[in-house]
Amino acid sequence: MVAHLLSLKWRLLLNGFRRSPWQIVGIAVGALYAAGVVLSCVVGLVALRWADPLTAQTVVVLGGALVMTGWAVVPLVASAADLTLDPSRFTTSAIPMRDLLPGLALAGLLGLPGIATLLASLATVATWSRGFPAAAGALLGAVLGVLSCVVASKLVTTAVASLLASRRFKDISSIVFVVPLVLAGPIVTAVVQGVRDSRDYLPGLAEAVSWTPLGAAWSLGGELDAGNPAGAAAKLLVALGSLAALCGAWYLLLKRAMVTPPYGGGGSRKAGKAGLFALFPATPAGAVAARSLTYWIRDPRYAGSLVIVPLMPVLLYFAGGQSGNHDVLLTVAPLTAFLLAWSISADVSYDNTAFALHLATGVRGRDDRLGRALACLVFALPLVLLFAAGSIALTGRWEWLPNILGSSLGALFTGLGLASVVSARWTSAVPVPGESPFKKPPGNVTQTLLVQFAGMSAMGVLLLPEIAMVAAQAATGSTVFGWIGLAAGTVLGLALFVAGIRLGGRWLDVRGPEMFALLANNR
Amino acid sequence: MTALEFGRGYAGRMSAPGPGYPAPNPSPAPPVPALALRGLAKRFGDKIAVNGISLDVPAGSFYGVVGPNGAGKTTTLSMATGLLRPDFGTAFIHGVDVWEHPLEAKKLMGILPDGVRLFDRLSGEQLVSYAGLLRGMDRAVVQSRVQDLLAALDLGKDAGTLVVDYSAGMRKKIALASALIHAPRLLVLDEPFESVDPVSAANIRGILEQYVASGGTVIVSSHVMDLVQRMCDHVAVVAAGRVLAAGTVDEVRAGASLEDRFVALVGGGTRTGGLEWLRTF
Repeated sequence: MVAHLLSLKWRLLLNGFRRSPWQIVGIAVGALYAAGVVLSCVVGLVALRWADPLTAQTVVVLGGALVMTGWAVVPLVASAADLTLDPSRFTTSAIPMRDLLPGLALAGLLGLPGIATLLASLATVATWSRGFPAAAGALLGAVLGVLSCVVASKLVTTAVASLLASRRFKDISSIVFVVPLVLAGPIVTAVVQGVRDSRDYLPGLAEAVSWTPLGAAWSLGGELDAGNPAGAAAKLLVALGSLAALCGAWYLLLKRAMVTPPYGGGGSRKAGKAGLFALFPATPAGAVAARSLTYWIRDPRYAGSLVIVPLMPVLLYFAGGQSGNHDVLLTVAPLTAFLLAWSISADVSYDNTAFALHLATGVRGRDDRLGRALACLVFALPLVLLFAAGSIALTGRWEWLPNILGSSLGALFTGLGLASVVSARWTSAVPVPGESPFKKPPGNVTQTLLVQFAGMSAMGVLLLPEIAMVAAQAATGSTVFGWIGLAAGTVLGLALFVAGIRLGGRWLDVRGPEMFALLANNR
Repeated sequence: MTALEFGRGYAGRMSAPGPGYPAPNPSPAPPVPALALRGLAKRFGDKIAVNGISLDVPAGSFYGVVGPNGAGKTTTLSMATGLLRPDFGTAFIHGVDVWEHPLEAKKLMGILPDGVRLFDRLSGEQLVSYAGLLRGMDRAVVQSRVQDLLAALDLGKDAGTLVVDYSAGMRKKIALASALIHAPRLLVLDEPFESVDPVSAANIRGILEQYVASGGTVIVSSHVMDLVQRMCDHVAVVAAGRVLAAGTVDEVRAGASLEDRFVALVGGGTRTGGLEWLRTF
């Protein structure tokens, strides 16, 4: 049975390749990246063989603890969580628990993160190849550590999956989890600063961590190398105990997941509320705008990208905080404009096959494009203007106001126009409606990145006039360039906006059925 | 049940079929069929899903399309309604070529595709209104028709609920309402009775029969022979991407029940041996 589950996972992975060549590219790029990370880890760990034991122990234990934390936390925050072998899909197969558990755990190792972790962990054996007991201890520790990583990750995924049963939780959680992810930069900066200030404490910290479930397994080799079998035995107990506890908790959760089918309830609302449809004009474009704006609010996949917006000033403030010079904050309005405008570049992909309604009603591509862009513009325009004024007021650099306004408006309108063209022609694999926002088809990241990269390059070219004016003012200090930038941003931006809507609309008119066929593939 | 008024006023103007295609019905006298398929064919990779289907659906008929799983029913209906571009052939809605003049053709029909999502973060009434507004209809007309449709389909008390929280049968009904909002001349419904409870199914049947009685044309695809035999006046049997038989229900079934005739036409199915172990418990 374990072998069956493993081969099922392998088959799912292979069939994923067969669906689209892009997924091969995605996996290849991912594998290249993982190979680089693993290689540097392995080289580092082997090099530690000649370092003094205290340093080696500190690095191995703290690194291992970090990796384990990563395995536990990543499923919560990243879309990479692997639900291909979602336990609830086995509910009807009546697989005995003692087969399902090891099968799912080992299947969790099959995949880039699993293999990478395994290789890096095995490299710690090289670190401790200073004697037979130490190497043997490191090997045992590596096996226990990797198993704990996988089981911890499975435990978290299963726990979250059963929590995700309610739609409302699903909606909220996916947005809330974005916050720490976005703030990762400042958080990491703070931590690195803290570590730098307290370098002397690190060995002590490692010693403390090695007594916790996070670090116990990784410390076995070092303990035995230091000639401390009693300590090693005690930590082995901690490692085994925590692995057993993780397995037990996972077992209980899985058992519950298997008998509790997913339930999505929701309250009923009062009828007679047209909502946003009452606020927009009763035209096809107005209806599309009302629908899109409703989705920006109600669909967590959209709302998630909005969470970043209020965090933007915080991020840039932090970025400037290191030097005490907050001029970086001036970029908040153009950057936000760009982010918001570009966020509709996968709009049709988000619709998924619901796009059939647009196709069936024969709404013209121009109206479709215009409606989606207007929905974004409704909140993006005031927000960008607010950010522009706010950042100027905070920094007191009033001479930059026209230029910042120009580049912000230029970025917003150009971006909306470009995104309208991009989403009319290319689909990207995005989470399907209503599914867990964690569920994404593999390979998606790279394909999306390719479209994004090409789009952003095009954007850079289209925004050259605005960028040139900013550079000119920065070089000469003359505000004349600011006013030229404002004029260029407004006029050029609006022209590109209209051109984008028209071109995207024409493409959509001509290729609507082909677009729908692509969307049906992504189901 | 609220009586639904399907005014003919909103159907939009018609235009002559584009040049280069044979007119669906060259002889002078017969009326233009509501739907005319001409040599439709579609291939997915190595698999030929639809292999040259030509069919006339007379205006005012209640037309059933039956066939085994994978027969190409959904593919054919998708190509007939402008959702899927055919490799060969085309379709005419009341004489308007779907692939030459898609916008005019789409004004004439309402469609209920099978297996597609809905904009399910909208409430039921919002979704139906959206379908109407997308077609450029007047807000007041949309509002009154939405009320009528939801009441007729017994969705009145769930009008404000998000479609994502609807049951499968309620989703079918709300999608049907979205297809009816502009009072089309032709309704193309792919599996409209799937996962619909018997009461709602009877309800939908009543609406459709009334619609046909007032001059509209309905095409349904279904697996349920019994239902098609009772409900439809015309039927086409489709298998392996081809039309095996088409005509009035009485012509096609030729005295037998539609189900027996269907099994005979499609072939196989009589063999019931070979599962002896099923009786050993």
